[in-house]
This record gives sequence, structure tokens and C-alpha cells, in this order.
Amino acid sequence: MPTPVNSERSIAASADRQFNSDQEFDRLLGNLLITGVVLAALVVLTGGITYLVRHGAQHPNYKSFHGEPDSFRTVSGVVRSATEWSGRGLIQLGLLLLIATPVARVAFSLLVFLRQRDFLYCVFTLIVLGVLLFSLAGHHL
Amino acid sequence: MLTIPEFTALVWLGAALAGFLGSLTGLGGGVVIVPLLTLAFGADLHYAMGASLVSVIATSSGAAAAYVKEGYSNIRVGMFLEIATTFGALFGAFLVAKVSTRAIGVVFGLVLLVSAYLASRPRKPSPAPDGSTAPAKSSLRLNSSFPTPQGLRSYDVRRVPLGFSLMFVAGTLSGLLGIGSGAFKVLAMDRAMRIPFKVSTTTSNFMIGVTAAASAGVYLRRGYIDPGLAMPVMLGVLPGSLLGTRVLVKTHTDRLRVLFGLVVAALAVEMIFNAYTGKL
Repeated sequence: MPTPVNSERSIAASADRQFNSDQEFDRLLGNLLITGVVLAALVVLTGGITYLVRHGAQHPNYKSFHGEPDSFRTVSGVVRSATEWSGRGLIQLGLLLLIATPVARVAFSLLVFLRQRDFLYCVFTLIVLGVLLFSLAGHHL
Repeated sequence: MLTIPEFTALVWLGAALAGFLGSLTGLGGGVVIVPLLTLAFGADLHYAMGASLVSVIATSSGAAAAYVKEGYSNIRVGMFLEIATTFGALFGAFLVAKVSTRAIGVVFGLVLLVSAYLASRPRKPSPAPDGSTAPAKSSLRLNSSFPTPQGLRSYDVRRVPLGFSLMFVAGTLSGLLGIGSGAFKVLAMDRAMRIPFKVSTTTSNFMIGVTAAASAGVYLRRGYIDPGLAMPVMLGVLPGSLLGTRVLVKTHTDRLRVLFGLVVAALAVEMIFNAYTGKL
């Protein structure tokens, strides 16, 4: 006859096992990460080649900090310059895709916790997601 | 003077080597990328940090994709601690504009020194819980198990408030310096929270990308991420570190880690010296 403590523990353990055995989700997550990184790298590479071809004779200057123009600093600016096939705009678009990969992973975790009806962790996930979106979208930092 | 293609090729080579050695020694590529770009290529510290942060996200996601199938990482521990690291990362990224380049350079050098020590230290098995610390509350459901050749081994997570606070510091360092601060995350989980080493490293790797993404938005908007510099760094670190992970399984890395630790320590001293004399 299990004590209440033991049965509580075994419920938690079986929920963990359910997750551990849930290889479908793990495979999906692995594919999501790989796709994000490969896609980002391909866009960066395309932009990089365009940039090198167009600026091949110039000299780099990173000695002092000037910041970047608006078209390389905001999501809308990056998308605009990438659609105009600017090499550097494409690189920044690839980097944005890269930054979006862990954000997508957090959003994916939300689905996992929802499926497990683990609402405390849904709240934790929403907090993390909120910080990430605030960082990407906020204008006052 | 180098043209842009020559410069790009050299940075790509350096980044690939840094990524390779970083993953082979468990130190990550980020801590070496910034000294490489500032000391060897004369880049401004902010551009170097922006390029490094981007490469950190690439290696973290790339390696996590490989780790996720092994079932080691603890997603509850990861998500819970990411609350601390992402707030820390935002705070760190916010600090970059408030403190001088000189101060960032000195902090960076000190973090490099600690990392060098951590990297060259022989790897000991995690100490067993001695009963002086209580396991985490069951309401957080952090305790879990991981696969071993002898079947699933369960473990309890300890000293959660201490681990959470250390993670905030790790996140702040990540945002302030443009690094993954994986060594500190592992330290917090392995040493403070008594999480098994293999679980600590894979969970830390998961967290690094999310932490770095939290400061990346701020970095981007402040103009620290330059496409011309970040491109070869990202495209170099990614294959370098993936190759390092492959080789890691086959080689004994003790001597290499000591050597790499010495190189990082030398970089740390040069970084502090340059920051102090205002050359950074």
C-alpha cells in the first residue's frame, strides 16, 4: 500500500518518463534547431558572397565604433534592405533568423508544457518568452 | 592594408579555430573570439562583442540539436533558470552603454582568467549530496533522471535559490561581454545545485542560446552587430565547434585543456593591460 508521498512521487516520475519517452517531440525540437541554424547560415552565406563581390576592393574599418545605420539595426530596416538584395542586409536577416531560433525553441517548450498540463511551467515559459520579445521589440533600452 | 575579402578570410580561419578549440575544451568559442578580434584584428570592443554573441547562439543551437536526442538535458531546470539568465542578460546588455570600454575590458580579462582556471582544472566527478542541503521543493518538479548504461539514474536538485542567483550573474556577464558564459552556468548547476555533470553541460548548452538571444535584440538595436564582421565569425565558429564536438569523443583532452587554459590566461593579461592603458 503506497503512502500518499510515494504515490505523488510516482505520478511526477511517470510524467517525466512520459516526456522522456516522447521521442516525437525531441525529434521535432532537434529538427527545428537544425533547420533554424542551417537556414540562417545559408542566408548569411548568400549575403556574405554578395557583400564580398560588391566590396572586394575596399578596406575594412572596425577600429572605432560608429554604430550601424538604421537599415541594419531594426527588424523592419533589415527586412527592407534584404528585399532590396543588399549583401549586408541579407547577412543581418540571416542573423535575425539565428536569433529567432532559440526564441522558437522557447515557444515550442510552451506547447510541451501545455500538453503536460504543467501550468506553472507554462507561466515560467511565458516570462522567458516575454523577456526575449521585449529585447527584440523594445525601443527604450 | 588588407582588403575586405582578405580580412574576411583571416577572420573566418581564426573563428573556425576558436570554435574548434572552444568546443574541444568545453570553454566555448565566445571567450576567445572577443580577444581574437580586438587584439589580433584591432576591432572595436563593441563590434567584437556583437559578432561573438551571434556566434554563441549559432553554436548553442547547433550543439543542442545533437544533444536533444540523448535525453540528458533537464528542460524544467533549463526553463526555470532561464528566467534568471534572460533578466540578467537584459541587465548586462543595458550596462554596456553605461560603463566605459576600459571597465568592460578589465571585467572581460578577469572573466577570461577564471575561465582559463576552470578549463585547465582536471575534471572531477560531482560530489555526492552530503545531506547538508535539502532537495528542491517538489512543487517545482526540478528533480529528474538521466540515462546511464545501468539504466535511468535519478537525481535531486539542491540549493535552488543559490543556483538561481548565480544564473542571474551568469546572464549579466553574458549580456555585458557578448559571451555564452557556459563555464559559469555549468559551475552553478554542477557545483552549487549538485546536478550531474553531463546533465549540467547539456542543459547549460540549451540555456546559452536563449540567454544570448535576450541580449542580442539590444545589441542589434544599438548597432553592435556589424554584418561584415559577424558574417565570417558565425560561418567560422559554427563548423569549427561542430567538428570539435566530433573529435572530443575520440581524444583525451587533459593536456590540450591545460595548454588552452594557458593561452586564454595570456589573452586575459593582454586584454587587461590594453584596457588599462586605454588601447582597447
